[in-house]
Parts: sequence; structure tokens; C-alpha cells
Amino acid sequence: MPRWLAHVIVVAAFAAAVAAAFARVNYEWNWAAVWDYRQKFLQGWLVTVALSLAALAMSILIGGVTAVMLRSGRPLLEAAARVYVELIRGTPLLVQLLIGFYVVATAVGLENRYVAGVLLLSLFSGAYMAEIFRGGLDAIPKAQVDSGRAIGLTPWQLLRLVVLPQAVRLVLPAVAGQLVSLVKDSSLLSVIAISEFTLAAQEVNSFTYSTLESYLPLAAGYLLLTLPLSALARWLERRFRYETA
Amino acid sequence: MNLVVEDLVQRFPVPARGGRAAGVATVLDRLSLTTGEIGTLVLVGPSGGGKSTLLRILAGLDVPTSGRVAFDGQPLPSDEESLRRYRRTVGTVFQAYNLFPHLTAMQNLLLPLVHVHGLSEAAARERVREPLERFRLAEHAHKRPAELSGGQKQRIAILRALVVQPRRLFFDEPTSALDPEMRAEVLEMIAEVRAAGAQFVLVTHEMAFARRVADEIAFVADGQVPVVAPAAEFFDRQHDPRVRSFLQLTLAT
Repeated sequence: MPRWLAHVIVVAAFAAAVAAAFARVNYEWNWAAVWDYRQKFLQGWLVTVALSLAALAMSILIGGVTAVMLRSGRPLLEAAARVYVELIRGTPLLVQLLIGFYVVATAVGLENRYVAGVLLLSLFSGAYMAEIFRGGLDAIPKAQVDSGRAIGLTPWQLLRLVVLPQAVRLVLPAVAGQLVSLVKDSSLLSVIAISEFTLAAQEVNSFTYSTLESYLPLAAGYLLLTLPLSALARWLERRFRYETA
Repeated sequence: MNLVVEDLVQRFPVPARGGRAAGVATVLDRLSLTTGEIGTLVLVGPSGGGKSTLLRILAGLDVPTSGRVAFDGQPLPSDEESLRRYRRTVGTVFQAYNLFPHLTAMQNLLLPLVHVHGLSEAAARERVREPLERFRLAEHAHKRPAELSGGQKQRIAILRALVVQPRRLFFDEPTSALDPEMRAEVLEMIAEVRAAGAQFVLVTHEMAFARRVADEIAFVADGQVPVVAPAAEFFDRQHDPRVRSFLQLTLAT
């Protein structure tokens, strides 16, 4: 059976099951009310795309720097990175956003909630990225570092020519998963009143009292973002694939 | 080359384990040795005696705790910057995992030429073309390390060290990780390299090979070098009891 056909069959079966569930609860659809707000959905979705892309780039940067700090061998840098990672990973994003925006951002005079939101989301995702990157760097055998030093590479060349190309391949699946999470986690930015996709759906719901008609497009909108991201990750994985020696 | 080592000490911290305090292991313990004016020096001795530790210092990969090393009267530097410059003038081949697995054999050969020695890609390819033919490796140049046999991998690694035209080579048990049938092809290549006039320091457990290629043999045991002698003298007329019992053990197996 060709792979695409298998996908079609599984998706169709799933859709049928969902449709049957809706039929059982006799839900009365009211798409017309929601359709009037399509512009709001589109705007929210575009904001989510922009926020996600910005946070995606910045969280990779933060994760990279933190991973290097975690492995620096300098106690102060290591401790700072470790405390950051554990604090972020051990607390709810909701709390981080509320305190980060209403207390920290206000205290330092950062009033633009979009900038603050992207920063907070990047810090959140960056902590997970850091641990993923650290694991990837640790997985490169010491013999590779020895070989690179033996031929006279500088530390920067060693990182760029030997360690990173091998580590990228190792961390790609985990990074892709983290990026998908990041896109969905951006929905929590609605709590600091950022008019992104989820807030749009919540507002439409409160105007129209059509809960499912508001939230089903929301699910579809996120899939529209996350599925290409997963596909891109799989393509990159194939590109970077090589047998390990 | 002429090698003089004086009072070389190498200590490593031993990490704490199972509640026991961290300690310090003394791997080289005031090691001294002086060679004549020779082409090849082979380090032999029991496992854990300090051979590889000594070789890593000679190759400029590790800095000793204390002591002095000089090749041809030139002392080895101790700061990383100067050591890196030194490493660019020599070549080192390890037991295994020398090659970069994400690069083809050819890219492995080109990498130091292009990125360390500043050759253009074309000049680097020209530089490796003839040696690849001579060592019968040209047909494998496009392969990744995973597609090569252990012997082929080591020969590419030796070639990578050779094509930068180093002043001398360092081999750290280059055949220990190989099956017997692959050892022969690697040892043969090292013998060819020697015949072509290259200078090297070699750590090995292959006594017959040591005898064949060594100008002098240094016996490394318990972090010291009690004996340095020309190969024939080392194997046939050695009275040091430690060397005698070591040779009996290794030659018996």
C-alpha cells in the first residue's frame, strides 16, 4: 500500500469517528455567526505566525548560548544556566507570562506586550532547547574533538566543522518537537492580552456563543502551522542522514 | 630527530565516586628519556604504564603537569595557542574514530589542507591525488567512513596526517582496534611511510613490527622509561628484568 493512501485511510477513519461522535450529541451547528468573524481569525492567525517565527529564532539562539554555558566548565556560568533551565522547566508558562509581563516587563519599562510576549516565550522554549543542544553536544565522542585538535583546528573551527554538523543531526527530531510545542504554547500569550489566534477564537466564542465553531478553526489553524514544521524537520533529517562510523 | 624528555610528570584528577573523595592519579612520574639522532621511536610497555599519555604530550595534545620535552633542541610550548601551531606541523593518528563520520574520505583529507593550511580546494585535491593512488585508496575516496573497513579507515587517517607534509608523525596504537587481517594492511602502510623517510613516534603492542620499523625502542612502565635502546639490542641483549618479563609475556601470546 502506498504511503499516501495509508495516510488518507487513517485520516478518513478518524474523521468518521469524530463525525459519529458529533452526530450522537446532536450538536446544532451555527457556522454563519462565526463566518462573520473570519477576518478576526485571519488576523489572529497571522499574529500567531509572526510571534511563533520570532520566538522560534530567538529560542534557538538562547538555547545555543545556554547549552554552551552549561558545558563551559566555568562554575558561575554553569550555575547561571542551570538555575535558568530548571526554573523555567519547573514552573508553568502561565505563571512565567503573568509575572514576566505584569511585574518584570513593567518594572524595566518594557511596555510593548508583543515584544515582551516574544521574549518570554523565547526564554521558555530556550530552556528546553538548551537541554536538547547540550545532550547533542555531549553525544559527540571525545575522539572527534581529539582528531580535530590534532589536525590543528581552532576551537571555533572544531565547533563549526566537526561538532555542530554531527550534533545537528542528533538533535533535529527533538528540536522539531520543541518547535511544534512552541507554536502551540504561543496560545497562552492570550493571558497577557496579545491578540493572537487563540484570543481571537475566545472572543468570537463570547460574541457568538458558538463554542465548537470557534475552536475547531483554531485547531485547524495550528495544524496548518505545525504540520509543515514537522515535514520540514523530516526533510532536514533525511538531508543530514549518514551512517555513524 | 632527537628527543629529550626531562622529569616529565602528568597527574590527572580522579573524580569522586561512591562517596569517596576525589584523588589524583600520577600517570607519568618524573619520566626522562634521551634518544640518539633517529628516524623512528617506538614506545612499548605494559598497559596503563603511560605510553599513550606520553605520546599525547609529545603530539602537543596534552600539557604535562611539569617537566620538559624537546625535539631537536626545540622545547614544546605549554600555551594552547603555540601548541596549536605546533600540532599543525605534526600529524597524529589514534587507535580509532580518527575520521569525521559526516564527511567522505576525500572531504576528511581536504579539511586540514583547506581550513588549517590555507590551500584552495583545487590545490588540496591536487595534493591528495597522487598519495591516494599510491596507497590504493582512490576508489574509496567518495565513501563515508561507515562504508569503509577498519583498515581502510586507518589508512585514510594516516593519509590525512601525511598530506599536510608534517615534520613528524605520532601513532597511538593505530592497529589495536583492528581485526588481525586488517592490521597487516595498516602496518604495511606505516612501513612504507617509514621507507619514504618520514619520522615518527609509535605506540604499539606489535612487537615484531616494532622491531621492524624502530630505530630505538623506549620501554614505558609505571610512568617511567627505565630503558631506551636500539631495536636489536632491546630485543636480543636486554638484561633489565622488567623488560625481560614483559617481552616473555608478550612474545608468548
